[in-house]
Amino acid sequence: MAATAGTRKLNAHAVRADFPIFEQKIHGKPLAFLDSAASSQKPRQMLEAMTTFYETSYANVHRGVYVLAERATAGLEGAREKVRALINAPDAREIIFVRNATEAINLVAYSWGMNNLGPGDLVIVSELEHHSNFVPWQYVAGKTGARVAMLPLTDDGELDLSALEGLAKDGNVKVVATNHVSNSIGTINPIEKLAAWAHEQGAIFVCDGAQSAPHLAIDVQALGVDFFAISGHKLCGPSGIGALWGRGDLLQAMEPFLTGGHMISSVRLEKTTWGELPHKFEAGTAPMAEAVGLGAAIDYLQDVGFDAIAQHEHELAAYALGRLSEVPGITLYGPPADRRAGIVSFNLDGIHPHDVAQILDMQGVAIRAGHHCCQPLMHKLGVAATNRASFYLYTVQEEIDQLADGLYTVQKVFA
Amino acid sequence: MFDDMYREVILDHYKNPRGHGTLDDPDAHADGQNPLCGDEVSIYVAFGEDGETIDEVKFSGRGCAISQAATSMLTEMVAGRTAVQVAALDKDELLEEIGIPLTPVRLKCAMLGLTTLKVALHKAKGTALPEGLAGFDDLDLS
Repeated sequence: MAATAGTRKLNAHAVRADFPIFEQKIHGKPLAFLDSAASSQKPRQMLEAMTTFYETSYANVHRGVYVLAERATAGLEGAREKVRALINAPDAREIIFVRNATEAINLVAYSWGMNNLGPGDLVIVSELEHHSNFVPWQYVAGKTGARVAMLPLTDDGELDLSALEGLAKDGNVKVVATNHVSNSIGTINPIEKLAAWAHEQGAIFVCDGAQSAPHLAIDVQALGVDFFAISGHKLCGPSGIGALWGRGDLLQAMEPFLTGGHMISSVRLEKTTWGELPHKFEAGTAPMAEAVGLGAAIDYLQDVGFDAIAQHEHELAAYALGRLSEVPGITLYGPPADRRAGIVSFNLDGIHPHDVAQILDMQGVAIRAGHHCCQPLMHKLGVAATNRASFYLYTVQEEIDQLADGLYTVQKVFA
Repeated sequence: MFDDMYREVILDHYKNPRGHGTLDDPDAHADGQNPLCGDEVSIYVAFGEDGETIDEVKFSGRGCAISQAATSMLTEMVAGRTAVQVAALDKDELLEEIGIPLTPVRLKCAMLGLTTLKVALHKAKGTALPEGLAGFDDLDLS
């Protein structure tokens, strides 16, 4: 059993035993996998749920009247309900399955933005955004004549909310879009405040939850957001599935994103009418097995407990910041441990992140080196790239020690 | 075990890059970037009196040891060759010079300088373009 019953304290070594990936060595060393912010590893329970679905319940959903089709439909719709519960959405019909958070945001940018943005309108994103929550807005703004402005960061790597009023003078604020947790430097953003401010401007608030949903208990109603995007592969689910939650009235009023099979009510040569939610936004055959896998991953995480996961990662971040700050010539980015998720971004003086990551790999340590799809943020930090170590429920302190030791080896190679 | 990729010659070119700098009035110039990691390199070329033979190549920018060392080696390798010869330079010739095993991602690092040089020569002389032009925003193919 993954979590220690009663105490709610997470036993990461026990959790780890559920993840087959750790049963191997890399370059003869134990695998220290510190890149969960890019994608998470998979528990056996999730993998088995997908296999069982394929072996016992597979057929196309929503169409056939036979037993297998009914089982498949139940699997898909059961997963939708699990996603609803994960983020405390009011209604499962407001959960749209997509490929990933990027597609979820594109859906909103196109279906809402194309019909609601125009010259004089303003979309405010933040300097912390992943390209997934910036480029779609930039693109749609370009098509509609709207403008995009960036909410700047403080020196601590946190959003400077005092700049909002100034930005709002430049146009009609129609959209405010930020991530909940920064994938680059781990900042946890004050979503309730941002969403409330957006609503005061008459704008919608779009939240990229790709980095928060895997790690924190989410309540979209308490956050007060209008849209919330998640990626399944970051929360122990399979790749190829994510979800968008949107407020029902907004989704009802929106045009479809993709058209074709399944999303229709009636089709005639003269006119096609759209299906009900969520089908209006789910053209084509759904990612059924992926949905079942995502549902099993959510079950697994809830079994461990999101409070325990968040606490575990918080402790790891504090430990990592302590260990890494001892390394000579290191620069650490982002806010203090008490205001960040399990992500630590850093640079070693005079050594490019690619070289750091390459030499760490030879020691069995997997970290991400690059711009993390955050080029505006890298520009702000004045670097081309950083090293990033990120943690999850299966991360143990020994992996962070392995990272810290590895950094001394990197410095020896370049000495 | 780090000797494979970070052998002495790579680190030497990284720490003491040949041809590092810029040319004020280059005969050929291009900026390249690796969209995977954001690394940037600018290449400056001066031709000899015949207007075809490369007299000097300088480079500036930032990048990993592999990309910087490979570009440093490249500046030595191409001096004295013509633009047409360099445009036809096979990447294996540079890889042989680099002399280390490279993963596909690191191959892109190693090729950044050569690709940018070929773009610079294409712009100045209309020579053949390199394979794979992603990331060259300033390239005008019209």
